[in-house]
Amino acid sequence: MKNNDTSRREFLTAALMAGIAGGCSSNNTFRPGEDQIIPSGEMVKLLSVDGEIIEVDKAFLKPIPELPPITNSEERIGIEGKKFVMVIDLSRCKNVGACKSECNHAHHLNPGQNWIKIHAMQEAEHTAPYWEPATCMHCDEPPCVKVCPVDATFKRMDGIVLIDSDRCIGCRFCMAACPYSTRVFNWQEPVAEKEIATQHYSCETSVPQKIGTVSKCDFCPDMARKGELPHCVSACPNGVFFFGDMNEDSVTNGAETFRFSDLIKDKAGYRLMEDLGTKPRVYYLPPVNRNFPFETGLKTDTIEKNNAK
Amino acid sequence: MENSTSITSEIITNDLLPQKFGKLGMIWTGVLIAFCLVGAFAYYLQLKNCLSVTAMRDYVSWGIYISNFVFFVAISLVGSLITAVFRLANVKWSTPLTRIAEIIAVSAILFASLIIIVDMGRPERLFNLFLYGRLKSPIMWDVIVIGTYLFLSLLLLYFPLLPDLKILMGSRKGSTKKYNKLYHFLGSFWKGGRLQNMLNKRAVNVLCVTIIPVAFCIHTVTSWLFATTYRPGWDSTNFGAYFISGAFLVGAGGVLIAMYIFRKAYNLEKYITEKHFDKMGRIVVLLALLYLYFNVNEYLVPAFKMKKSEDAHLTQLFAGDYAPIFWFAILAGMIIPILILIFKKGRKPLPALIAGILVVVGAWFKRYLIVTPTLLHPFLPMTDVPENYKHYFPSWQEWAIAMGSLAGALLIITFFARVFPIIPIQETINEQHETTAK
Repeated sequence: MKNNDTSRREFLTAALMAGIAGGCSSNNTFRPGEDQIIPSGEMVKLLSVDGEIIEVDKAFLKPIPELPPITNSEERIGIEGKKFVMVIDLSRCKNVGACKSECNHAHHLNPGQNWIKIHAMQEAEHTAPYWEPATCMHCDEPPCVKVCPVDATFKRMDGIVLIDSDRCIGCRFCMAACPYSTRVFNWQEPVAEKEIATQHYSCETSVPQKIGTVSKCDFCPDMARKGELPHCVSACPNGVFFFGDMNEDSVTNGAETFRFSDLIKDKAGYRLMEDLGTKPRVYYLPPVNRNFPFETGLKTDTIEKNNAK
Repeated sequence: MENSTSITSEIITNDLLPQKFGKLGMIWTGVLIAFCLVGAFAYYLQLKNCLSVTAMRDYVSWGIYISNFVFFVAISLVGSLITAVFRLANVKWSTPLTRIAEIIAVSAILFASLIIIVDMGRPERLFNLFLYGRLKSPIMWDVIVIGTYLFLSLLLLYFPLLPDLKILMGSRKGSTKKYNKLYHFLGSFWKGGRLQNMLNKRAVNVLCVTIIPVAFCIHTVTSWLFATTYRPGWDSTNFGAYFISGAFLVGAGGVLIAMYIFRKAYNLEKYITEKHFDKMGRIVVLLALLYLYFNVNEYLVPAFKMKKSEDAHLTQLFAGDYAPIFWFAILAGMIIPILILIFKKGRKPLPALIAGILVVVGAWFKRYLIVTPTLLHPFLPMTDVPENYKHYFPSWQEWAIAMGSLAGALLIITFFARVFPIIPIQETINEQHETTAK
């Protein structure tokens, strides 16, 4: 597994470099004569598109702007060739809450709003308690999408269920329909810094939050487009969350990468409320052979931290 | 009709023409307007601060606006019952009640549409329903059938009014004179010839036939807003029939109240007789028994099994926080009215009025119980939310808007009765002729 991971990182680094190099060698973006850039003398090594290492003066490197904004209709179609999937390993969770706070921070959620909820579960009196982080399940038969009267919440080709807050009329039927209670509502004007609040709304970042509309976990497709993992996955110190692509049959939590089908088979993965027929895209690994006893998650500091959010 | 043989057309017309508000009428109207104004102010606050002024939060995301909506849709069904079903079944005694039932239907369905807009987080995006409407969503079904029902109900109110408009225009009485322009606008084309009468009669018959399935649709679809979800308490195949039987009951209860009030306020004892209370009383008993039957199905069957997801919900209703309202709704909304109206003495006007009030008040709380407690029992525990998200008691703004909407519906009925005859004049005269001819 370790091997697998390093090679992936190398690949990503190389790909990123190639992107920069590509930007540099293109005539359109790199015209030293016109732009009058004075070479600094400091050289950097880059990987060219042809796979050769080249040296370029640092002054000629321009930061690539953020990926070009995509249109609403592209956002509604999704990322081609992907089928995103998440695996949550309950044997590793001890209610640290880093997933939640990172998610809240990244999506500028307001106090009282949490897209990720960490439930303290106990099925029956004599069964074992465990921590169950719950995101949006991005169901393949999404009850929320079925009931939306204006197509404001929709299912994409890549499996992700998103919300168009510029279209949502705030009827909250989707909240009643969702059996996982994953959706939150902006009951008042969301508090956000001006530069965030004035941004153009994007379904993929779910930012900025809009008053009188519904929001929820979006599987961070904006991060996926950049080749990065969702915020909760990278934030979790215990590697609880695995994210990946079903078509590639691989999931990773950043440190470990698994073949998705093997992982589910070996660890007897399951989905929540299978009997409802919603077909979630989030799989759970049962809380067996746990890394932490349930009680460690009850420590008052974590609980307080979580409730304060 | 009692003393019917001695009544001539002129007397009937004179008796039934709209009258000016008396002192009580003025107070009544004033109180209603006051309620509406408070409601409008509360809605202004809500528009300013969005739904944060309500007590609804992420778990209880639907509150008394939605239960009020269900209540309005329910009570509006009476229009189709009294007017259409009775007319098609050739029930003659209901003639004086048709217009009462129809105006209740129209005003209730109007306010049902308004209150659902009040419940929206972004009411200014209402047009999205037409720009991006998805036919798969039960909300779109509701928009379509409610729109259709409102339209048919308006026609069913309007067509039988045409002959009366002619009488109103011909009237020299001061109380109707200032509305002459309105009468002319609505009915100046009506000459009352044989052909027009025949067309009108046929149109009303067609409307009666079409409005019955539409009425069933509006309340079935409204019940599906709940029954198409997975939630305990809503996930029921019984819901459509359960809602419709409840709707006919509350509507009939509403008619009992309206009969009593109009009879007292306009001295209509000759037209709305004790016989009418007797017959309506019997109907209410029948409908209450029917609704009780569906309630037994709705609560006892899941309670027998006590599935885990239903357990918390049902226990709350039967013996928990909601038990007082639950048993009030069952007793006051069904059992006590049955006990009152099953006896001949109970079908006199005053006890019938009391039974009617119990039915309607019980029905309002019943709708509250259908909507809210379910939402407090989600499948997964309520986690990572502020403490106040785990309870629901409507804020004053919600109460003000809900009560304001009820007052608004009553205001429409009141103004209608001020401008138009609340008992069809021409039809009463016609029937008078028929009975004397016999």
